[in-house]
Amino acid sequence: MATTSLNVNGRTVSVTIDDPDIPLLYVLRNELGLHGPRFGCGLGQCGACTVHVDGTAVRSCVTPLSSVSGRVVTLEGLGTEVKPHPLQTAFVEEQAVQCGYCINGMIMQSADLLARRPKPSEQQVKTALANNLCRCGTHLRIVRAVMRAAASS
Amino acid sequence: MNKTIDRRTLLKASGALIVAFSLPLDRTTAKKANSTVSADRVDGFLAIAPDGAVTVYSGKVDLGTGVQTALAQIVAEELDVPLGSVTIIQGDTALTPDQGVTSGSFSIQNGGMQLRRAAATARQALLRSAARRLQCEISTLTMRNGMIAAASGEHLSIGSLAEAASLALEIEDTAPEKPPAEYTLVGKPVRRLDIPGKVHARFTFMQDFDLPGMLHGRVVRPSGFGAELISYDPSSIANIPGIVQVVRIKNFLGIVAQSEWSAIRAAQQLKVTWSNWQGLPEQSKLWEHVRSTPVVRDDVTSRIGSSRTALEAAPRKLQASYDFAIHTHGSIGPSCAVARFGHGKLTCWTASQATHSLRKQLAATLSVADEDVRCIYVEGAGCYGRNGHEDAASDAALLARAVGKPVRVQWMRANEHGWDPKGPPTLVDLRAGIDAQHDVVAWESELFVPDGAAGMVALTGADLAGLDSLGTLNPGGVLNDLAIPYAIPNLTTTAHRLGSTPLRPAWIRSPGRLQNTFANESFLDEIAASLSVDPLDIRLRYLTDARGKELLERLARLSNWRKRPMPDRNSDVSIGRGLAYVKYELVRTYVGVVAEVEVNRKTGVLAAKRFYVAHDCGQIINPDGLRNQIEGCILQTVSRTLKEEVTFDRSMVTSLDWASYPILTFPETPEVVIDLIDRPQEVPWGGGEPTCAVVPSAIAGAVFEATGVRVRSVPFTPAKMLAALRAT
Repeated sequence: MATTSLNVNGRTVSVTIDDPDIPLLYVLRNELGLHGPRFGCGLGQCGACTVHVDGTAVRSCVTPLSSVSGRVVTLEGLGTEVKPHPLQTAFVEEQAVQCGYCINGMIMQSADLLARRPKPSEQQVKTALANNLCRCGTHLRIVRAVMRAAASS
Repeated sequence: MNKTIDRRTLLKASGALIVAFSLPLDRTTAKKANSTVSADRVDGFLAIAPDGAVTVYSGKVDLGTGVQTALAQIVAEELDVPLGSVTIIQGDTALTPDQGVTSGSFSIQNGGMQLRRAAATARQALLRSAARRLQCEISTLTMRNGMIAAASGEHLSIGSLAEAASLALEIEDTAPEKPPAEYTLVGKPVRRLDIPGKVHARFTFMQDFDLPGMLHGRVVRPSGFGAELISYDPSSIANIPGIVQVVRIKNFLGIVAQSEWSAIRAAQQLKVTWSNWQGLPEQSKLWEHVRSTPVVRDDVTSRIGSSRTALEAAPRKLQASYDFAIHTHGSIGPSCAVARFGHGKLTCWTASQATHSLRKQLAATLSVADEDVRCIYVEGAGCYGRNGHEDAASDAALLARAVGKPVRVQWMRANEHGWDPKGPPTLVDLRAGIDAQHDVVAWESELFVPDGAAGMVALTGADLAGLDSLGTLNPGGVLNDLAIPYAIPNLTTTAHRLGSTPLRPAWIRSPGRLQNTFANESFLDEIAASLSVDPLDIRLRYLTDARGKELLERLARLSNWRKRPMPDRNSDVSIGRGLAYVKYELVRTYVGVVAEVEVNRKTGVLAAKRFYVAHDCGQIINPDGLRNQIEGCILQTVSRTLKEEVTFDRSMVTSLDWASYPILTFPETPEVVIDLIDRPQEVPWGGGEPTCAVVPSAIAGAVFEATGVRVRSVPFTPAKMLAALRAT
């Protein structure tokens, strides 16, 4: 057992773990009760688990806790209903959800894109989301939502 | 691992709202107002609290389609209450009526209409009660915004009337329903109730559901579908902390641990020896295998005239065979369930699309009475049919019984891709006869599909444990749409029902309708081409249904079909257009699509560029929700048509992740242009499936227009496309 500290959503927390290589995803979900990041594949293939580490989108299901030294932000920390991130507002406006299981990854990946490239083209949005899978076929709405968020900020 | 931090502290710190964890448990409280689960009674479906809050008890569940918002619209409309006052309880066997499996695009058509009749009956009871209290005629009363007002201006809230106007009533099929002209909610693009919670991470998916003292389970599946467990070595996981128990029941093997990560590690690390089972056919000979599988029964789904005589006499004959690969559901969230077993009773939280039948299955598995099992629906990731959720429930039930504590089972990706039931391989042979006047005079089809329909699919965990789960062979309603909507004077459509199929089958979105429509519409295109008739014109020629013809004319205008440019079939990259039509199951929703596809002759890559859709499902409840479903039908079926195929060796599925079973990605998505035909005076039909059915044949038609090549085998991979191009 070892205790390690972590900066999550602007707050330093400590967690006790028995395996330093535990993927960040399980620490966030089970130790910290953060359900934005979701388990989809555990292989870094689908993007449902995406969080930010120092502002960059990473796949938390294949990120060992031991490798994380930066600031972690989850969907809960990106924005709130009182003070939503423009992407969260835009996803509601465009009704860009079917089942919604992938949406965490769509928003977190797009937030990374918009931070680097505030006014992307539609093609750039699609390329940025190329490794985020949606099974319901909500892609068109998701792209529209990202374009709307870009236009609004 | 220890939980060393208060999760609420952290959530508060990050500003998130907490509504989450206890929500599905609180449903017991809601039950107080609801004394029956009868589908014949108003109080089976509805309760009205003194404060006017309306609780809807729905046996149909939201599988990620947003249908709960549409159901709330229907009830709020009929009761004249604000949408915000309606709460929906879904798929709880202790609370909600059994409305059958949530599948087949029936949630609004059947489930919603049961709710509408219940609400209409309730409305009359409330009005009768108000008339007594206000001492006036019912006809003079008006209902608005949860209030009933008399002409005098006196008014009562429906909450104040609910007790006196008992809802313990039989549902009256004749209760007057609100005239569509007066609708204020139905037909409006009301925003979905669940989306804010989903974009703000406060929605509790099945995969998030948590109980106090809950343990984490993982299953260790055999190396082959029929492999026997020879031995396992507990010492191989001795270094992993927090292992509660390795549970073995015959060939069922699972691990229960204190923490999720320990359960995952142990399931990966446990040394297990399985027998070498190699009972699957060779994948490269799948279609020979299907053709040689013993037929247990022939179902003739339609017969007119004598197709055999007409075919023999016809001067010109056409024939073609179409095959459609095995598909997996591919839910982005692998199946998950939580079970608690104690004192002979099981409670199971599940994302099953059929909690009432799952309850019977789990009762059989555990040898307890149905009454001793309660299944409670918690929405999971989109499931698109009978995927692994029921199996995960059986895994959780077996593990929870073994350890006597609540257990959460979360399938890993390989469990889902490997072990969810599959859409069976489907083969259709078609023949047509054309007479001297260029008329189609004969049509014969032979479909090869597993026997059975939509029913209870055996639970894998129970099967492995050698326990009963009431399962039979059930591929879904795969005979639908083998019969055709076209008036051909002699036709016979026959389904050869196979006694087995290589992988455990079940239904996946638009089961049978998709495969049969692909074959039928593609073959009609082949006939049209042989007659030098345009694909639109041949459909208009043989359709007798005025509503279907109107839809096709609207589709033609939407897509500018008659003025489309003809491609240069010799260029390296050419764009073609294809058209397809379905009247779903020949009795409901009409859909027509035009697909625009770009074919690269050098690489064999097909790119779906644009779809035009004309859609008529009668009365539309929520046009934006419907568009969302139609877009989803198109994109998911483009994925299935162009890319998807389950692969297997002689033992097991080998496409166990997203690299080996790729699906459509963002750069590959087509544009979708939709024309919704709303018919408020008609009954509402479904919209979650029908559009799927027309996608593969429209793409195939577009490929033909672009290249002159027919593709008859789904998926249309670059390798198949190149082979077809080279053969011309």
